[in-house]
Order: sequence, then C-alpha cells, then structure tokens
Amino acid sequence: MGKKDLNTGLKLGVDSKWQYSPAPESTSHINLKKKYDLFIDGKWVAPSSGKYFDTINPATEEKIADIAEANEKDVDKAVKAARKAFGPWSKLPAKERAKFIYRIARLIQERAREFSVIESLDGGKAIRESRDVDVPLAAAHFFYNAGWADKLDYAFPGKKPEAIGVAGQIIPWNFPLLMAAWKLAPALACGNTVVLKPAETTPLTALKLAELVQEAGLPDGVVNIVTGAGSTGSSIVNHNDIDKIAFTGSTGVGKIIQKSIVGTNKRATLELGGKAANIIFEDAPIDQAVEGIINGIYFNQGHVCCAGSRLFIEEPVYDQVIRKLKDRINTLIVGDPLDKNTDIGAINSKAQLKTIKDYIKIGKKEGAEFFEGSCSLPSKGFFCKPTLFTGVAQSNKIVQEEIFGPVLAVQTFRSVDEVIKKANNTPYGLSAGVWTDKGSKIFNLTSQMRAGVVWANTYNKFDPASPFGGYKESGFGREGGLHGLSAYLNLN
Amino acid sequence: MSKIKTLPDFTKSPTIDQTSIIEKASRFQKRSIKKETKIFGLKLALNMIDLTTLEGKDTPSKVKQMCYKAQHMHDSYPDLPTAAAVCVYPSMVSIAKKEVKGSGVKVASVSTAFPAGQAPLSVKIDDTKFAVDSGADEIDMVISRGKFLNGDYNYVYDEIATIKEACGKARLKVILETGELGTFDKVRRASDIAIHAGADFIKTSTGKISPAATMPVTLVMLEAIKDHFYKTGKMVGMKPAGGISNAKLALHYLVMVNEVLGADWMNNTWFRFGASSLANDLLMQLEKQRTGIYQSSDYFSID
Amino acid sequence: MSTKTKNVSTKDLATESLSNNNGNGMQKNERLEVLKTYKVYIGGKFPRTESGRYYKPTNSKGEILGNICLSSRKDVRNSVVAARKAFTGWSGATAFNKSQILYRIAEMLETRKAQFIEEIVFQGSTEAEAKEEVAAAVETFVYYAGWADKFQQVFSSVNPVSGSYFNFSAYEPMGVVGIIAPENNSLLGLAQSIAPAIVGGNTVVVLASESKPLCSITLSEVFHTSDVPGGVINVLTGKLDELVSFFGSHMDVNAVSFHRESDKHLHTIQELAVDNIKRVKNYTPSTYKTEAETQNPYKIIDLQEVKTTWHPIEVIGASGSGY
Repeated sequence: MGKKDLNTGLKLGVDSKWQYSPAPESTSHINLKKKYDLFIDGKWVAPSSGKYFDTINPATEEKIADIAEANEKDVDKAVKAARKAFGPWSKLPAKERAKFIYRIARLIQERAREFSVIESLDGGKAIRESRDVDVPLAAAHFFYNAGWADKLDYAFPGKKPEAIGVAGQIIPWNFPLLMAAWKLAPALACGNTVVLKPAETTPLTALKLAELVQEAGLPDGVVNIVTGAGSTGSSIVNHNDIDKIAFTGSTGVGKIIQKSIVGTNKRATLELGGKAANIIFEDAPIDQAVEGIINGIYFNQGHVCCAGSRLFIEEPVYDQVIRKLKDRINTLIVGDPLDKNTDIGAINSKAQLKTIKDYIKIGKKEGAEFFEGSCSLPSKGFFCKPTLFTGVAQSNKIVQEEIFGPVLAVQTFRSVDEVIKKANNTPYGLSAGVWTDKGSKIFNLTSQMRAGVVWANTYNKFDPASPFGGYKESGFGREGGLHGLSAYLNLN
Repeated sequence: MSKIKTLPDFTKSPTIDQTSIIEKASRFQKRSIKKETKIFGLKLALNMIDLTTLEGKDTPSKVKQMCYKAQHMHDSYPDLPTAAAVCVYPSMVSIAKKEVKGSGVKVASVSTAFPAGQAPLSVKIDDTKFAVDSGADEIDMVISRGKFLNGDYNYVYDEIATIKEACGKARLKVILETGELGTFDKVRRASDIAIHAGADFIKTSTGKISPAATMPVTLVMLEAIKDHFYKTGKMVGMKPAGGISNAKLALHYLVMVNEVLGADWMNNTWFRFGASSLANDLLMQLEKQRTGIYQSSDYFSID
Repeated sequence: MSTKTKNVSTKDLATESLSNNNGNGMQKNERLEVLKTYKVYIGGKFPRTESGRYYKPTNSKGEILGNICLSSRKDVRNSVVAARKAFTGWSGATAFNKSQILYRIAEMLETRKAQFIEEIVFQGSTEAEAKEEVAAAVETFVYYAGWADKFQQVFSSVNPVSGSYFNFSAYEPMGVVGIIAPENNSLLGLAQSIAPAIVGGNTVVVLASESKPLCSITLSEVFHTSDVPGGVINVLTGKLDELVSFFGSHMDVNAVSFHRESDKHLHTIQELAVDNIKRVKNYTPSTYKTEAETQNPYKIIDLQEVKTTWHPIEVIGASGSGY
C-alpha cells in the first residue's frame, strides 16, 4: 500500500466524547500493616538498627507503610538462618519440597486480587497488568518450578544435580512480586535456601509473600526476606556464607556485584539492562506490529529491561507505521494505576521520573522530533505520557542508553543487512523483536540477533517455561525454564 | 464506474497475525464501562441496531410487529432512541416501509440471492432493484464467496460495483460472510475489495453461518476501513451481524470502534449491529442502571 | 656444524636442542638440518610476534626448547580482530561442516603424531606419556567432532508456554573466546580447551603454555591444514603475566576460558571482565585422566548463550476456534 496513502492530511476524530467513567479497583479487601519488620528464620523481627523507611504510593505520593531497614547484622542473621535451614531443606524428599512450593503457588492464586491491588498501590503499575500479568505469572512460576523438584535428574543428562546452598537474591522494582517468584521458585525447587531483598520502593508484595511462606508452612529459615536499599544489597553480596548471587537490575549495579565477588566461590546470575531493537519490515502484519510496538515500549510504563526501546522501521512503511503509532498512542490512558481502564500507570519513583524527563530533554536537545500522547495527566503523583522520538540515529544518546521509561526512539532502515548491524550495535543483548510475514526472513533475523530472547511477530511475552536472560552487557545466566535451573544447582 | 482506474492488487492486502489480533481484540474487552459511560453506550447501541427478521416463514404480521418494536423499544423508559433500521427480505420491504414511515427508522433489505448468493448476476440485479423500488433505504448484499475463494477477485469486485450501481440512492452494505472465508487475511482482502468496489458499509455475516461476527473479525474490517479513510478520506460504515446478543459485548464493540476509528464512527450512520435479541438485553441493562434492580425478560416485549 | 652460520641463535639452538646428534660436531657428509622457527598463528597466517621479542623456555635438563615468540598486547589485539572477523562465518557454518573440520583436525594430528611425540618428549615427558597424550588429543578432537551436530539436540528445548506460541531455546556461541590454555599439558591441554569452544561455533584466541609451547605452533599447522578457516583459531605464545590484562579487558572478547592454577591471574581477568560483562569460565587444571574430564559436553555448553525465540501459532483449525 506504501507511500501513496500518506500525505492526505487526514486525521481520525480520536478525541471522542465518549470518555470512560472512573472504574477503580476496590482496595477494601486488602490487608496491609502499618509497619513491616524483617522476615528472618520464619519470624518477623525488628531491624537491629531500629530504622524504618517509608514506602509510598507513586500515584499519590502518599505513604503506605513503614519498612524495616536491614543492615549488615540483620543480613548476617538472615544468612545464618538460611544456612541452618539449608541442610534439612535440601535433604527433604524432593516430592515433599515440591508440595511446599505448590502450596505457595495456590496461595498466590487464592489471594490474587489482593496481591494485584497491593502491587499497583506500591509500584504504580496499572491494575490491568498486575491483575493479568504479574500475579498470575508469579503463581505460574511457583507451579512450574515446583514440579521440577523431584525431576531434576532428568534435566541434566549424565549429571547428578545438587543444591548449591544459600542464595542471595536481589530484585528490582519493576515487577516486584514476579521477580521474587522468578528467583525464589527455582532456588527452592532445587533445594537451596534464600535471603531475598526486594527493591526499596516496592517491598510490599515480597513481604506479603513472606506471609504466604509462613502460611504454607515452609520450615523456618528457608525463605528470609530483608528490606532495604543498596547497602542492604551489598551486605548480601559481600556476606561470605552466601553461595550464589542472583541479581536483576541495572547494568551498573550488576558490574559492581560481578566485581565484588571476584576471588570468592560465589556463583552469580545477572539479569541486567537492555536497549532492544524492534524491527518492522514492509511485509509485516502492520496493525499487529503497531500493537506490538506499543506493548513493547509502553508496557509497565516502559520499566522493562527487555522493552523494545529502539524501533527500526523499513522505509516504505515508515509514514504509515508512524501514523498508526501516533493514533494508537492517543488512545492510551495514563492515570490512576488502580483504575481498570488505565493503560499506563505511575512512574515508579520521583527519581525515575526525573531520569526519564532528563532523557526526554536530551532527546529534544539532540534535535530529534518529539511526540507525546494527547491524554491528560493526574495532577499528583509521578506520571509520564507515552512518548516517541523520530529522526534519530544510532549516535543519539536516547538510542544508546537505557531509559527505563515510556520513550521510544525510532529509526528507519533500508536493507536486512543494515538493520541487523544496527540492531546488534549496542553493548546490550537482552531481547529483540522482528516483524515480517516471511518465514525465512524471520529465521534469519532471529538467529542474527545477539540477544537472549527474540520475539518474532509478538513482543514482551513471558512464561515460566521460557528461559530469559541476556547476551553481552545484559548479564549472564538464564531464569525460567529448564535452563534456569542450572543456576541453582551444582552439576557433578 | 465509468472512469478507468487501476485496481489495487488485492493479493497484496495487508497480512493479519491471528494470535496478535485476537489478543488485541480481547484488550478492548478489558475496558470497564461504568455509570454515565455505560448509559450513553447502551442507548447508542440501541440506536445502532438493525432489527432483523430473515426467515422463510416471515409474514407481513411478523414484519409489522418487528417494525413497531423498532419504534417503541420500551415505552416505559422515557426518551429511548429507535432502532437504526429494520432488515427484511425484498418481498417484505414495502410492508416495512409503510410501518416505519416518519419514524426515522430505515428499511434495509437483503438482496443478491441472500444468503448463499448462488444466482446469476442478472437475478441479483433484479433482486436489488426490486428491493430499492419497493422503498428500501439500504441494501445488504452478499459477496460471491465461491468466486472469492476461487481467487476470482475481479469477479467479486465487478459484482459489487454492479450492485452498487443498481442501488441508486440506497446505501449498500456488503456482507463478506466471514465465517466462510477461513482466515483473517482473507477477511482483510475481501474488505478491501468491497470497499474499493463502492461499499457504503462492510458487514461480517448473514447470520446463517457460524461463526458470525466476532470482535477480532470486526477489528480486521475496522482496520481496513481506517486504512481506506487515510488513503482517500472516504468513510465506510461497519456492521457486525450475528452473535452479538448481550449488552456487555455490544459495549465492547463500541469501545473498539471508538478506539480504532474514533468519534466520527460512533453513530448509526457509520456503525450498526445486525441483531435482534440484543435490543432487549440493552433495555434490561438500561432499566437496571435506572432502577438499580436486576431485570427479568418477562418485562420486555419480544417482537 | 658449520661455524660460518650467521645466525648465532640458530646455531645455539641447533647445538643445544633439536638435532639428533646434540653436542657432536657435524660429520663431513652429513646434511645441515633445517630448523623450525616457532611463530604465532593469527588470522590463518604465521607471523612473527609483532613485538619482535622472543623467549627461551627450557626443559628440565636445561635445554632450550626454542626461540619462542613473546607475544605482545598488539598480537592479542590482532588476534581478536581476526577472531571477530571469522566469527560470522564460523558460527554460521553448518554443524556438519564444523564436525568434519574437527574430525579433519584429528586426522591430521594423527598423521603427524611422531612430531608431537618428539616435541612432548623434548618438553620433558617420557615417550610413553607423550604417546598417550597425543593419542588422547586425537581422541579429543574425534569426540568433540561428534558433538557438533548433537549438542543442540540434547540440550536445547521446546518450551510449552501458555498461549498460542511456538517457543524454543537453542544454543548460540558466545563469540570471541580467550583461552588461557593449561600450563602442563602442552598438546592435550590445547585440544581440551580449544575443541569444545570451536565446536560450538566460537572463535578463539589461545595463549599456549608458557613453559611448554612447542606443540601449540605445530598444532596450529595442523589446524591450518585441516580446513579450519583463518581466524577461527588464533594461537599466541608468551607470558600470561604480561598478557593477562589484555585478555581480561578487551571489550571485544566475549568470554575467557581459564585453565591455569594461578588465582592471581584469574582474579585479574575476573576484575577486568566486569567492563563488558565478559563470561569467565574457570577450569581447575586437569590431569585429563578420567572420561568425565576429557569427554564432557557441558564444556561446550559453558561457552554458549541460550537464545529463546517466540512466534505465534495460527490456530484456525478444524474446530474453527479462535476465528
């Protein structure tokens, strides 16, 4: 259909008078304490420093609860508890271990609504996503891995897998419960015990998960949850009785961790940043590709390490794709994360909002053409409209650096060779997307992408059976699927 | 159609990824429609209905009853809109025309040897002209699916263009019978053919074949309409028909139209529901919104 | 031996080392032996070290093994460039092709075993040990040649995800791999560290044993005549102490496979590796006596990335569901 349809100057009347009335999810059924201590050795214990910090709702900037700040002493206590629990837990008949993990999965499903609401309250993500993605997937991860516990001998031909010991796990704020599940489920299934630290801006669902761990009757010390910021994390990383570090977060912090464990016997998996290419060919199913681009970059406010933040459009369909993208962006609703009609919730923190806005400034300053959605923003809270930059090149800072927000950088390309080179022209290698109707081209592109997860004619799909993790500076090791197990096993 | 123009290569119509479009369509169903939005939507949907009876056993009495219903949806509820149209066989057009006179309700007639369309073109033309001459405001034709599936796109195109000419001032709805086309790619291709050949509306189904209208199929057709609008500035209407029997689903169709094509299509000039039982469910929901009490079908007339 | 020899070092070598009649003066009708210059192997060529420097390792009897290139950081750099250039072609070669080439290496190695035995003995092993080592090296290439078209089948997976998607995880080579080859097993150590790396499609830059470097260059000649494309295997000789930081810091090296006893050097590499999140695989130097050590497909997997690919599946089927 090509170029011809483009310069008609036509516009759809997207400003419909039919606006959706507010449809907020009720918060009456959730059960939150005013203050959360540390979960160590099966008990709630006060932090040894006596210090607490606030966790706030980024959509209202209101405080939700006091959260204990764990220091080195607290972490040590947690590691000791985990060490003590390791022997019995790893020697438990595997099928019994499995049943504990199944219990957790079921409990999450039973309390799914409550977890979704708390996730949206604490982290700012739209309830549609916490309800339909985060919480069900978290439960699914426990379900999937539970079943592995007594089948590990089949996973690694010729090897006798054994638990490693105590795993220190540090998770990010973008998928708080889901990341906890990604980390805990395989670690526990493989017979390890865990000290887990949720991100300081989103500790609530991990702490609620601790309640489920209690309710499921897991032996004390098998799961310990300590809250705090970077220093708590570094106490975990540097504790000398930790056998394995699993970290998801920024490449910067990942490098610090990689360096800190040099000279130790600690094993590590790092799931770090990304700057994924999402490539649209002329022969793609264009309307679905546009939806895939939207889902690729605006899902979870763009707080996604595998976000398709670099869009490459083949030149003949450039105008068409951009027009469709803009139309679609104008239908996105930014606002109250708890409203069921919200497409894009609140930015997770004030600091992150500033980072995003700084990058938008840089993009404009670099001369890129800027576009943002026509929706209005709430007056309070941390919000950012969905945005895109056109007229950028690989040399632009907004094309090179991970922004971790709803900012899409759009480039054009002319040939397969060119786009493969440009797509791989980054230190990152977490994910990539390819849109074309031609099978042989799909296989060429998907195999040429130097990235750990490649979505062809889809984007941002996740599943517990599907290994996830990056090439190059996006980290090493895999999480999920059969391949995710090896990170928590010694293969003898 | 006297001007010579090059037809698009319909085999090059955009491709559709099935998994993605189903997911996308389901996304509209996640919109939560409440309060004012809901009341507005329910009334709008009511006003978009083509009340339909297309049976061998149709009689003048049956048609008259339906025509009355089209104008008096539920008289105990103040200021309700009428249906958009009544849809009948050509033989019933003159009766219907008389019944709805002055009400604003249009008379639509199926034609072209509905529903199979397996008749010579001359018969289809006569069928159409008869309906128009009897007073039909709108013609719902069926495409020749056999020819389409056989790859004879020019035949399908020419036939639609010919019927369009036979329609005169009557607006032409082209029924693709998507349930017989088999893939979304073909639905898109048939939509493009119909639109280029002069359809005023494209319509999913006859109601005689399952599956009839679904949200993903409708979405494919809406995207075709949108692409055509951007190319030419011409608006084409959309009519999903069959299978839309409850209010919630109708509201989700409206969400879809609103978000894909925008406000200009949010009226019965450009969007219709081909349905009969839908009306009463919309009415029950409206009453529920008005009174706060869940309703029983015994209190809503069936005609 | 002619005293008119211009090249003093060659003369030294000839008298001190390889010649069969060490220490004896040359008989009148005896032919002058042509000595081998040990060079490095970069990009399918045998240049001398860019630095022009060399060193003279000795065996336990104090005999000088040869004038061995003392490779510099620029040799590392040139090797990485060559390895990167060769990567696309080698990683894209069919598994069957890789398998054939590894098997060809075994064949060529077998035909030259006498030379390797001689070198290994000269480096200080007994004849029996040398024979065993060469045989084991040949077996190594045969063993890993067989994995080329099998490891994907054994270790990849099709993942049953929820939803209408075909999802599979397969292995891809990490890229350019730096190999710090074992110090003690001159030939077998090279075979055991190189074979699993290249069979999976990586290209490699190898630092050979510092004290026992002879086989590395001879083995390179074997590679060279076995249809291994230039640049796939690059072999340097020299001192780990001098080169360790370049292996660790080079931003275009994706992984380092480390086979030495030295914690100090390992830690240097691990620390520098952070800059581009290099994968560092540490292998305790092996005696290569057990099958678990010598025949281990997980060594291939160690230098692979897992790539997971998703694609929708159309589900318009007999039932008409989903349409």
